[in-house]
Amino acid sequence: MIDWQPIWLSMQLAGITTLILVVIAIPVGYWLAHSRRRWKTAVEALLSLPMVLPPTVLGFYLLLAFSPTGGFGRFIDQYLGLRLVFTFPGLVVASLIYSLPFMLNPVIAGFTSLSPDLRAASRTLGKSDITTLLRILLPNIRPSLVTGVVLSFAHTIGEFGVVMMIGGSIPGQTRVASVAIYDEVQSIHYSLANRYALTLLLISFVILLIAYGTNHHFNQRKTLL
Amino acid sequence: MSLNPTATSRIRATKLLHTAHGPRELDISFQWDRGRLLAVYGPSGAGKTTLLRMLAGLTEPDSGYIEVEGEVWLDSSRRINLPTRRRSIGFVFQDFALFPNLTVRQQLEYALPDPRKPAIIKELLAFMELEALQHHRPGLLSGGQQQRVALARAIARGPRLLLLDEPLSALDDDMRHRLQEYIQTAHRHYGLTTMLVSHHLPEVFRLADEAIFLEKGRIVGQGDPAAVFAERPLSYRPGSVDMTGEILNITADGEQLAVTILVRGAGNDRTIELEAAGSVAAGWRVGQTITITITPKIS
Repeated sequence: MIDWQPIWLSMQLAGITTLILVVIAIPVGYWLAHSRRRWKTAVEALLSLPMVLPPTVLGFYLLLAFSPTGGFGRFIDQYLGLRLVFTFPGLVVASLIYSLPFMLNPVIAGFTSLSPDLRAASRTLGKSDITTLLRILLPNIRPSLVTGVVLSFAHTIGEFGVVMMIGGSIPGQTRVASVAIYDEVQSIHYSLANRYALTLLLISFVILLIAYGTNHHFNQRKTLL
Repeated sequence: MSLNPTATSRIRATKLLHTAHGPRELDISFQWDRGRLLAVYGPSGAGKTTLLRMLAGLTEPDSGYIEVEGEVWLDSSRRINLPTRRRSIGFVFQDFALFPNLTVRQQLEYALPDPRKPAIIKELLAFMELEALQHHRPGLLSGGQQQRVALARAIARGPRLLLLDEPLSALDDDMRHRLQEYIQTAHRHYGLTTMLVSHHLPEVFRLADEAIFLEKGRIVGQGDPAAVFAERPLSYRPGSVDMTGEILNITADGEQLAVTILVRGAGNDRTIELEAAGSVAAGWRVGQTITITITPKIS
């Protein structure tokens, strides 16, 4: 019988990660899209690094960084009481880093696709940058936000290398669906692995369907009243 | 000079521009009185848009001083630079910059400094003949309709200075004429001080009380449009300019005919006197509509 816990854990991990990424990506994306500082290119490249790095490389370095024997790991262990190796919070932090570019890049693309005159026009109407962001810019990049949410959610569900390196396979803690599939295949339980895989496939398809449906609806509404 | 000192505003600014013709220094200084409609005219790259953006605080001059009706907006020597949102301006952008997510009515409501006083919205919608379109988003509107929304939105907050950056350049001649009337009527009705960037001479003559002629980053003439342009040969290549008018009177003066032509403007008709050889104008009749083409001298 299929154990729903790994799938539920995957959903939790992806949901929490995506939520936090939305909060991070909006201000960071706004800054990267509008700043004229030279070193912003370096920041952009650094934040996109997880997209091209092999997940095991990223996972390996995160494992070293989070390890309680290392400086950073010891610091958060002692001062925050937070252990990030082989724990669910550790998976969240790793997923944030791993999936950040998938949320950030659509948001930056959204901001830069808007005419700079929109921001200028809002200022000439006496509005602050915060009001402009909330009432004008964000509503107009909604399709980019939806794309970012879908990509980060799906990417987090699909992550394997990073999870294996930093989380291992502790049931109820770090044994997410992708790891469960791997475990079942290792134990030659192909039909169980197949059920997990099929469930993930269906969930991913439904998420994409909802996202594309929302964007399609939005694009129609934008022009038609 | 005006009797009331606060009714006069002034700008003095320098800025290095990077134009298609290479770097160029913009160095301007002029003043204007409250209630005037000024046209800023000149070839592209002369610095017209930059001038408007500096007044709005969207572009910072390298050095300068801007005072509008007694309030200092910029004084680089004292490091004063009022942010755009605190300058009392209305700005109509070349591409209109309407917010795609808001309906016509919501655009105007967004512009209101005090949302509890929506009376002006109703009035502006009626004035610009936008009532039927008020619940539409800009994506559905024609160029001319978008222009009216942009104009109404800029006026909604009751600005001291209305800045129009070539708002009519994207429109065809017919639409252009009708919208010139909206601009002129709004300017008078709301008692605005308006600055309009244009590179269309008929527009300048039709709308402006005063023209500012910019060339290569310098002001080469300011005053009554007729005087400003009469003094100067137009030494650039804007193409020829057509004006349509009606012949009011023809009198014979020896071999020459003196022809008086009425050039219609929006409630601001002007007459032009010209002399034509009898052989050319023999067929002309009073009441006839003719087109006068002005072709600039290329030096």
